[in-house]
Amino acid sequence: MDLQSCVKIEKEWDIVKARQLGRDISREIGFGTVDQARIATAISELARNVYLYADSGEICFEQTDSLEKKGLTIISTDTGPGIQNISQIMDDGYSTSGGLGAGLPGVKRLVDQFDIQSEEGKGTEVIALKWLR
Amino acid sequence: METLNTDISNYRNLLKHYIEIRDEQSLYGAEQLSKMFIKNNVPPEEIVNLHIQALEELYPDVPEYFRHSMNFLVEIMITYGIAYQENYSLREEQSQLKSEIAVAANMQETLLATTKPETEDLDIGVVSAPANQMSGDYYHFLEGKDNSIGIAIADVIGKGIPAALCMSMIKYSMDSLPEATMSPKTILKNLNRVVERNVDAGMFITMFYIQYLPAKNKIRYASAGHEPGFYYNAETKTFEEIKAKGLVLGVSPDADYREYERTINKGDMVVLLTDGVTECKQGDRFIETEEVLEVIEQYSDLPAQEMVNKVYKHFERMQNFQFRDDFTLLVFKKEV
Repeated sequence: MDLQSCVKIEKEWDIVKARQLGRDISREIGFGTVDQARIATAISELARNVYLYADSGEICFEQTDSLEKKGLTIISTDTGPGIQNISQIMDDGYSTSGGLGAGLPGVKRLVDQFDIQSEEGKGTEVIALKWLR
Repeated sequence: METLNTDISNYRNLLKHYIEIRDEQSLYGAEQLSKMFIKNNVPPEEIVNLHIQALEELYPDVPEYFRHSMNFLVEIMITYGIAYQENYSLREEQSQLKSEIAVAANMQETLLATTKPETEDLDIGVVSAPANQMSGDYYHFLEGKDNSIGIAIADVIGKGIPAALCMSMIKYSMDSLPEATMSPKTILKNLNRVVERNVDAGMFITMFYIQYLPAKNKIRYASAGHEPGFYYNAETKTFEEIKAKGLVLGVSPDADYREYERTINKGDMVVLLTDGVTECKQGDRFIETEEVLEVIEQYSDLPAQEMVNKVYKHFERMQNFQFRDDFTLLVFKKEV
């Protein structure tokens, strides 16, 4: 589990693949049903952003170990247009794809640590970490 | 973790009791529990999970298909839970905004405060109430060295916070007028220039300015597109409209205002108002100006302040205590 496992996101079907892989890994790490579902939903949101807004990208997973706890890190990278105003899309109530998605604020709520970096014209990287409780 | 465990045993016991006896008391317990979940901000997927765990503890042989169906429900609840939490934080934000606006409204009241002139000549009454927290209506008194009294009533087209911000500017322009004895048309011309230069093109202010000249027993007035006022003749007991033509403030940099003059006799009364008064509604119907005047006349024997208070209360009740627009009514009676 030291290696990264990745899923390329090109078609909508790849979102399901990413969810499946993420869920399998989180089950192996020891996450319960609810947290598995949370992780899968976070993956969905990240993968959907890649699928909708970027030409290509991938979702990668790696197990993260600290002294006392284990966790799962989800890394989403794409070569899309980038995000101009990150503060704005991280604001509750703002949603880019017509409303019903949980959006990036939703992903942030589902995990314990969340980081995003983006460069206009180059792409976006999101790193989300969920600790095993 | 400790409290969560208590929740599980609590939930399990309540559920067990209900399944065995199916009494109202357990359901009442469920309601209490639900309130506690909300209070502790427990997301819905956590509650479904609690249900699954409790069920499995009570009935270890729960059928496989049922277990799967509950996991399906957990999945459904995740996004719902996010929306719930988003709503929760938006509510928090909203209450914070509300209290900030309340502070601003308070500040506006202090900023826009004007003192009613102490004079034996005129009995003045005024009531001004915002439709929401902040008002876009404004009135102001100026006292001249020659004992003249200037009275301005103004209304920003629009209401709420932008209108209120706009009014603060008018207040400071009026405070910095070179002298209070300036004629109505000069004052409006001055203010028009300030508004035209400083306010957004889409924002306009209407104003009626009236000046009482005690030495001549006269009033002089000019209007910048404001609602006409009314003149009450005590002798004939009739109202007539005080018409004055003039362009709304802020439209054109070199607008000129026409000034009018008339004699005012003892017992006569002048009524100034904003469209929040004339656009009151009874049910779906806008009231007629005559109805406003009838109500005013009904209380015309009272001192001016009591009179406007009564009129305000009358319309407040008619509007079901919810004005659609800022409401300002100003009345003065000539006492001597």
